[in-house]
Amino acid sequence: MSTATVSGPRRSKLGWNLLGLFVFVTAGFPVYWMLNTAFKPAKDAIDPDPSLLPTSVTLANFGRALDIADFWGPVGRSLVVSLTVVVIGIFVGMLAALAISRFAFRGRKVVIVAILAVQMVPLVAMIIPVFLLLNDLGQYDRLSGLIITYLTFILPFTVWTLRGFIVNIPRELEEAAMVDGCSRTTAFLRVVFPLLAPGMVATSVYGFIQAWNEYLYALMLMSQQNQTATVWLGNFTTKHGTEYAPMMAGSTMMAVPIVVLFLLVQRKMAAGLTAGAVKG
Amino acid sequence: MSAADTTTTAKVPPARPAPQPPPAAPQRPGRKRTPGGGATVPWALLAPCLLILALVLGYPLVRLVTLSFQKFGQSQLWGFKPAESVGFDNFTEVLGDSEFWAVTVRTVVFAASCVIFTMVIGMLIALLLQRVSGWVKTLINIALVASWGMPIIVATTVFKWLFDSDYGIFNALLSKLPGVDMIGHNWFASGTEGLAVITLLVVWGAVPFVVITLSAGLTQVPKELEEAARLDGAGAWGVFRYVTLPILKPIIVMLTTLSVIWDMGVFPQVFVMRGGHPEPEFQLLTTYSYDKAFVVNDYAQGSAIALLTVLLLLGVIGVYMRQMLKIGEVE
Repeated sequence: MSTATVSGPRRSKLGWNLLGLFVFVTAGFPVYWMLNTAFKPAKDAIDPDPSLLPTSVTLANFGRALDIADFWGPVGRSLVVSLTVVVIGIFVGMLAALAISRFAFRGRKVVIVAILAVQMVPLVAMIIPVFLLLNDLGQYDRLSGLIITYLTFILPFTVWTLRGFIVNIPRELEEAAMVDGCSRTTAFLRVVFPLLAPGMVATSVYGFIQAWNEYLYALMLMSQQNQTATVWLGNFTTKHGTEYAPMMAGSTMMAVPIVVLFLLVQRKMAAGLTAGAVKG
Repeated sequence: MSAADTTTTAKVPPARPAPQPPPAAPQRPGRKRTPGGGATVPWALLAPCLLILALVLGYPLVRLVTLSFQKFGQSQLWGFKPAESVGFDNFTEVLGDSEFWAVTVRTVVFAASCVIFTMVIGMLIALLLQRVSGWVKTLINIALVASWGMPIIVATTVFKWLFDSDYGIFNALLSKLPGVDMIGHNWFASGTEGLAVITLLVVWGAVPFVVITLSAGLTQVPKELEEAARLDGAGAWGVFRYVTLPILKPIIVMLTTLSVIWDMGVFPQVFVMRGGHPEPEFQLLTTYSYDKAFVVNDYAQGSAIALLTVLLLLGVIGVYMRQMLKIGEVE
């Protein structure tokens, strides 16, 4: 091997790495700027020539953010809604996912098409009839009403994702257990369920995040007194102007727990979401 | 594995002997069976899911269609007047309005640019990730996951701040360039510039999913195939065009159609950026339908617009469904 071939790839790697660092800085900048502003004294935030690096750090913006309207109320409501939706979604979705991934039956294809198709309908298109439906049912401005509507997008997603995880568990394991005398149900509970658990956790977390992040339904179906966390973020802009530094502090409080959860499960989720795609 | 597996699989699973069907379980997977006792179990498992979906999705969907053929305003909402059927009136009115067409064209251009930028940038970053050192890869992944996990509403708020006319860092950075003075420039004074900022926001939020999915796909591309192509004299572009791209095609189709659906449905980004009242030159089909329904209180026309949007999407959905069905079969 000549030295040229050794230094060649190395030199080209330097070029790629520089490009990679550029991508890192560009993609990460909005997040950095949010954090940077959140910890700045409010008067430094409104400087026409802001400094890229933090000069002094304060927690005052977080205190101010907590004072603006009510913070824990909306967060509590978001928690209740998201957790309930996930629990219902996972339980009901798991049964359905099992049906379409482990059974051959007439109409299976139709069910798959239906579940996929409803995932495609944009939420915004549904808001008018959903609003009228909840109005008729007396569920407008109620957490239960919001929970029902969130199932529209959580459930199809859960079914399809869990299906991806179930398909990855070899059928032979169940069949072997059944040959050994297990019933179909016990074979599932003893063999498949433990293997599926990580996938279920990932799906739950992901579904939780989706519900937590939803904005349109939360805005339309809940009044000011019952707003959820995403809508709460709108409180920083009043007719007197926008309080940017506390707003970034509020954004940070909303984003950091979600991003951390996301970091924990995204690898697993990417695997589940693409399991079928890559094989197909 | 189903016998109907006609799609090209990268890895062919080893043939396995047909399992002995246990006597109590007639529903052997993979083969079409005459519906006997075995068909009740899957339907029972599906029942709760289908019931919920029928209530929360089926009913509103039907209502969306019926609404768009009715006269339904404030007085119908409060029950003072019954909703009366007006045939195609809502549609003729909407379709006869030049504003609707302007909004539709704007929406298609906006969504198309979002999708194209997302896919191209996503692919480039996915390819780049294969070439950088491990620590750079980790850094990029952290940035991507952070932007992916950011709630849309938070991201929108942050972008609004980045592009603030007086105190936004973007104007300040641009003004550092010699001869440029952008301080005080209002990016939202014109619809074109404003929507460009919103495109940036959408692309920034959408690229991570594309990169991570494509990266997963890229690991499935057999190294031997790439090497063989290279030995045959293919350059980097040739390898990508004739080896990588065909293998990634199903994922690319899936990601593109998903992006089309998501980007045609962009709502909070515009809504929040414009403080809840998007100006005419910011209206997309989603906000336009919302405005008609909840600002003008013409729920029927709002529904007609929403329905037209769904119809517009149906073509795209068709492509996506074919792809997903193929995936659903290969199991």
